[in-house]
Amino acid sequence: MLELRSVTAGYDRRDPVVRDVHLTVAPGEAVGLLGPSGCGKSTLARVAALLHRPDRGQVVIDGEVARGWRHRAPRAQRTAFGVVFQQPRLSADPRLTLTQLIAEPLRATGRAAEVPGRVADLARTVGLGDDLLARRPHEVSDGQLQRACLARALVLDPRWLICDEMTAMLDASTTAALVAAVEGYRARTGAGLLAVGHDKVLLERWCDRTVHWDELSGDAAADRTT
Amino acid sequence: MTAPAPAPAPVLSVQGLSVRFRMRGGAYVSAVTDARFDLAAGECLALVGESGCGKSVLASALLGLLPANAETAGSALLGDLDLLTADERTLARTVRGRRVGLVPQSPAAHLTPVRTVRSQLEETLRELTGVRRPELREAAEAAADRASFPRGHLDRHPHELSGGLAQRAATALALVGDAPLLLADEPTTGLDRELVDRTVDELRRHVGDDRALLLITHDLAAARRVADRVAVMYASRIVEIADAESFFGDPGPRHPYARGLLNALPEREFTPIPGMPPELSALPDGCAFAPRCVRADEACTALPVLAGGGGGAGRDGAGRDGAGPDGAGRDGAGPDGAGDRGVEDRRVDDGRVESQGVACHHPHTHPRTVALEAPRA
Repeated sequence: MLELRSVTAGYDRRDPVVRDVHLTVAPGEAVGLLGPSGCGKSTLARVAALLHRPDRGQVVIDGEVARGWRHRAPRAQRTAFGVVFQQPRLSADPRLTLTQLIAEPLRATGRAAEVPGRVADLARTVGLGDDLLARRPHEVSDGQLQRACLARALVLDPRWLICDEMTAMLDASTTAALVAAVEGYRARTGAGLLAVGHDKVLLERWCDRTVHWDELSGDAAADRTT
Repeated sequence: MTAPAPAPAPVLSVQGLSVRFRMRGGAYVSAVTDARFDLAAGECLALVGESGCGKSVLASALLGLLPANAETAGSALLGDLDLLTADERTLARTVRGRRVGLVPQSPAAHLTPVRTVRSQLEETLRELTGVRRPELREAAEAAADRASFPRGHLDRHPHELSGGLAQRAATALALVGDAPLLLADEPTTGLDRELVDRTVDELRRHVGDDRALLLITHDLAAARRVADRVAVMYASRIVEIADAESFFGDPGPRHPYARGLLNALPEREFTPIPGMPPELSALPDGCAFAPRCVRADEACTALPVLAGGGGGAGRDGAGRDGAGPDGAGRDGAGPDGAGDRGVEDRRVDDGRVESQGVACHHPHTHPRTVALEAPRA
């Protein structure tokens, strides 16, 4: 279970963008979070992935309260998450080849020995050919780079996937391919998913349930539970 | 059928436009190959395709903004000016902003961050229309109104604007020069659906009857909303050009790639096209889509040519009627008179079907042309 309890977060303590939000994702569940541009849904996704420290509230991962954020998060909690961001160009180190990009989480956690097998395996899962793996980000298209970013998110077998507008930059076919890769991984591992976006049609097709940003704030959540 | 009326000259006539980039070691990357289409006044053509297929390079070519290692062929006539051969001075002084307005992909990056929207609008008006103080202030407000940019936000800097407002500010700037051709390169990337709809509706409204809009997008829903015609680009080539209504509705796209793209939509089958597009540096000799296509056979090792196109594209760009109300285009060929209709097929000598508006040896057939379908295994 991934629980966000009364999370308030933002970039200015006097004016938080996320106010008193409650959200729960059950194990193996896929939840789509819908909201307009600039509503704070990406900030919430970052909090859920332990990448942004909330001003108030708790993130509870499988019964364990998150004790740190970003690099201060305990490794076991940090690696429970795989994150895919909207813009692959901004989330890929331009100096790394796609193979190195996908393998980076393995290296960072001292599992470099597993690199050859895991990378080949994942490249197949996300549909990247061998010739592409030797290239650097500027030599591939947005869609190909986002496939690599998804492979990187899956390389540590996370229990939770956070996809923040993963497909907003992509064409229809690449979108369908990436969603199919995520769903294949989830079917195999039982991982839970929080998919953030503004494409209602896509998230309703993809996820078990969708919630709208407006339903998440404290008052609205309290209304539903009482 | 009646013969099409003599057509007014198109706003833009692109004929055989190719762009390739010379890379280190003498290799070439073909970004645009043999693009042909006409764009009439009052018409909106949506150019769709996945990222990396060459759409944006085509737009850059039309604005003379290609990098130094690009080589071009063909022509892109804007009136009597060929945009591909025009020199930088002509492009800078008479074309950009004046005859071709650009609505950029990322308005936040397009606007100058250190100046207010008002100051940028006034500068553009001063340069393009010659308005001087004291009329300038009012002219800037009028220009803002045209793009529905609220006057109260004119004194803000770009970072103080939401994505939607920044988009309108960029649109207002693009409209200042009253250019007959508007070029919108992915104007809706990253916007939510409501803003996408509003942005493309506004663009459509500005086109009116006397301008033309080339909308470059990977967003099929946005294309469906405003386009009169759709051109599908795959691996540097335009593989299908069709009337938007029949493309998105019944009978649907004819090229297997275009069909696959539509079927990948979450409101349709949500299934990806298998495989990946080929590298633009190593395009196959035949149909570039054949490796991913279930209909491919040995005929596909020869390059299928886009023959004519319901109203706009074709080998004989001159003298066709653009977007006539009857949607008819002439291909100037066909002893059987098939050329009267933009979407009919005709059998060529070797038994294959030459299909109008689609570059494929085995296109999906429209119901009324079933009788003409080529025999295939």
